[in-house]
Amino acid sequence: MAMEKDLNPHSPRIRKLRENSHPNTSTSRMCNNNQRDNHYQNILNSPRDYNYAPSSPTARTRHRRRSSENLSEVSRSNVSRVSNLLLGDKNKYKSMWIRTCSSLWMLGGVMFIIYMGHLYIWAMVVAIQIFMARELFFLLRRVHEERRLPGFRLLNWHFFFTAMLFVYGRMLQQQLVNTVSSDRFIYKLVSGLIKYQMVIWYFLYIAGFIWFILTLKKKMYRYQFGQYAWTHMILIVVLAQSSFIVANIFEGIFWFLLPAALIAMNDVAAYFFGFYFGKTPLIKLSPKKTWEGFIGASVATIISAFFFANVLGQFQWLTCPRKDLSTGWLHCDPGPLFRPEYYPLPFWIAPFSPWKEISILPVQWHAFSLGLFASAIAPFGGFFASGFKRAFKIKDFGDSIPGHGGFTDRMDCQNVMAFFAYIYIHSFIVNQYSVEMILDQISRGLGDEEQKMLYVKLGDILQHKLQGRF
Amino acid sequence: MEEENVTSSPSTQVPRIRHRRRSNEAVVDGDRVNASPLLVNDRNKYKSFMVRTYSTLWMIGGFVLVVYMGHLYITAMVVVIQIFMAKELFNLLRKAPEDKCLPYIKQLNWHFFFTAMLFVYGRILSQRLANTMTADQFFYRLVSGLIKYHMAICYSLYIIGFMWFILTLKKKMYKYQFGQYAWTHMILIVVFTQSSFTVANIFEGIFWFLLPASLIIINDIFAYIFGFFFGRTPLIKLSPKKTWEGFIGASVTTIISAFVLANILGRFPWLTCPREDLSTGWLQCDADPLFKPEPFALPSWIPEWFPWKEMTILPVQWHALCHGLFASIIAPFGGFFASGFKRAFKIKDFGDSIPGHGGITDRMDCQMVMAVFAYIYLQSFIVSQSVSVDKILDQILTNLTFEEQQALFMKLGQMMKDKLQ
Repeated sequence: MAMEKDLNPHSPRIRKLRENSHPNTSTSRMCNNNQRDNHYQNILNSPRDYNYAPSSPTARTRHRRRSSENLSEVSRSNVSRVSNLLLGDKNKYKSMWIRTCSSLWMLGGVMFIIYMGHLYIWAMVVAIQIFMARELFFLLRRVHEERRLPGFRLLNWHFFFTAMLFVYGRMLQQQLVNTVSSDRFIYKLVSGLIKYQMVIWYFLYIAGFIWFILTLKKKMYRYQFGQYAWTHMILIVVLAQSSFIVANIFEGIFWFLLPAALIAMNDVAAYFFGFYFGKTPLIKLSPKKTWEGFIGASVATIISAFFFANVLGQFQWLTCPRKDLSTGWLHCDPGPLFRPEYYPLPFWIAPFSPWKEISILPVQWHAFSLGLFASAIAPFGGFFASGFKRAFKIKDFGDSIPGHGGFTDRMDCQNVMAFFAYIYIHSFIVNQYSVEMILDQISRGLGDEEQKMLYVKLGDILQHKLQGRF
Repeated sequence: MEEENVTSSPSTQVPRIRHRRRSNEAVVDGDRVNASPLLVNDRNKYKSFMVRTYSTLWMIGGFVLVVYMGHLYITAMVVVIQIFMAKELFNLLRKAPEDKCLPYIKQLNWHFFFTAMLFVYGRILSQRLANTMTADQFFYRLVSGLIKYHMAICYSLYIIGFMWFILTLKKKMYKYQFGQYAWTHMILIVVFTQSSFTVANIFEGIFWFLLPASLIIINDIFAYIFGFFFGRTPLIKLSPKKTWEGFIGASVTTIISAFVLANILGRFPWLTCPREDLSTGWLQCDADPLFKPEPFALPSWIPEWFPWKEMTILPVQWHALCHGLFASIIAPFGGFFASGFKRAFKIKDFGDSIPGHGGITDRMDCQMVMAVFAYIYLQSFIVSQSVSVDKILDQILTNLTFEEQQALFMKLGQMMKDKLQ
């Protein structure tokens, strides 16, 4: 199994990983055995080990680990630890190589999936989510108690499945209805399911709740309640974030790709700036982060947000919303946000550039806000995760990705960003009540008679308003 | 006093009655505990059950008054109860020495509480708030602006709390702080889900709040009575005082009384009309078809001597049967959950706000499960989800600008013309 980590021909994100047998030889975790069972007992052996761990606070880059990463981490540690540097040097290049390999594979995999389309991205998100949930479920479990509670793990997965049904049922009910509108019988079945989805979901949840109560064992109450609360917290965090990502995807892949790219960009830039200029530490929780890295990365992220938005906004595949669950090509009217507007260049640039005016997509202004958030607030997701790991004395959330730790390590900042992107889109970009949406509702929800009635009433009201104005 | 509370406080293992503790309760407790301590504690028992009866009567009186006053006051009562519950629960797993090192932890909890309240009530009451404000142009715009950006506002408040939490993390206290953070979230979710659903039900008609609450109370009372007279086989290890006889007897009684209670309550428009805005005056409305009496011929297998050949039944009574079924079978699990929780964390009561009864959470545990069910039932089976002409007209008038309304009008006309062809 040892060779698997280096030359894995399949992107780890798409295929199921055989996590247990990944002996992580990266010396950045020299003294820490990253076997899954020992997670709970991964007490930090010495301060220098903790510093070398690449998956600790500094490194939340989702897809695009750069090879300079290890170097920058090392150089950013305190002077007192510099002496330890030289010891690990040779092994460092090897681990850096592993990380770069897995990063490139992840990057390649993601690009492939984006090319394939919305439905495949959704499947990818669901797969990532299952892995994250699995890592987190395992995390605070104690093997000894587990043996005495046979059905407990199953209960976790029951709640997971219920939550998934709830979340995706709500988000995708519109798309689902549109997909199956052809066949009469299936349409009725699906709309029945959707109408009663709350009830179905509620009864599944209550079944889980009752099952939990019936399996309470004397002397294990505290452990079981703790696990129950932990399960709920995990499900909320994991499923909320992925449901927002999925909702964003169906608004247009752009709204998924841009925030994710900004987070990755922010991490990479933070490394570079910290590597070259890092001096003043940023926060006690993450001793390797520096103010220089932070500020440099913020500027870089905001500027690149502007340009990314321009580049990405030109592809219809990325900007069109998907109304149903098909996988074919998309054509649509891009909407005012993605139509280029032309601004004449300000006079102090004009002499130097061949173009007389620049075209700006209005969406680029929105991208500024996204960039600002990604650089200033999303890193708090990373701090939260580091604090959490310190609180519970664990090194990594998992070890699914060679060189990087588990999925949760990669997704912690993405969480916060996805939530923000969703709220931003629904508050400022998508118009909740547009003419099209209401027309849609009318044509779907009202019969012919009712439509006529509505038409007449609306006509009357508009008439009154017009007359009132004159 | 401590000892009395231990033996006579029903809130440890005996079912949770919300407001109408009956006087036989303390006696029942005594009987179901071992026979020998009975007579010993007799004198103190009467005193404690006077206390309990007294507080019960006050609670009932207060409750009836609030119901009489109306929807807005009931909502206010629910909010107050919720604040007390949250306060009890926040204090529950807190440890004093750690807290001294963390100055702002209480404020952080209340910040999250306030954010959650804004979020939940904003969503539920936004439409009604808009309806109330149509008079004044300026306030209307302010309110609809707030409603439109409601999600963004709540999100910003939450993120501020999140960052505040991270910035106050102190070395060596991480585990405690994360534990408190998770605990805060769980409390807020539990407390707010149930109270928001309760408030949503209230505005659909007080009937949909009163019926589930009464059923839970009736279930508890009759579980006592049946357990008292016939209780023999224990029900569940978590609550050793509950018995199968009590459970089954109470179920039957609850279902029957659901049927009858729905008939009685359904005759008052004050209870059955939905409230469309936030006013407090009297309500008039067209009776929903659910509340119009229909004659129902009794099935033929009823014996001859039964005086009535047919009864008038409000269709809502059939729905009440489902409520009764749920209240008797599944809602008690809320009580079991609370008992298990108290045993797990070795606490006797959630609080001591109500003399003789323990804290407010002790009273509300079964109610929480029932409130969620009542809301989901209402939304799925009773409130018609299909769009109606008036709803859409409302949407058009409140959310679109005048130009957009005209555009919609023309497109609609076009669409209808196309259909005809």
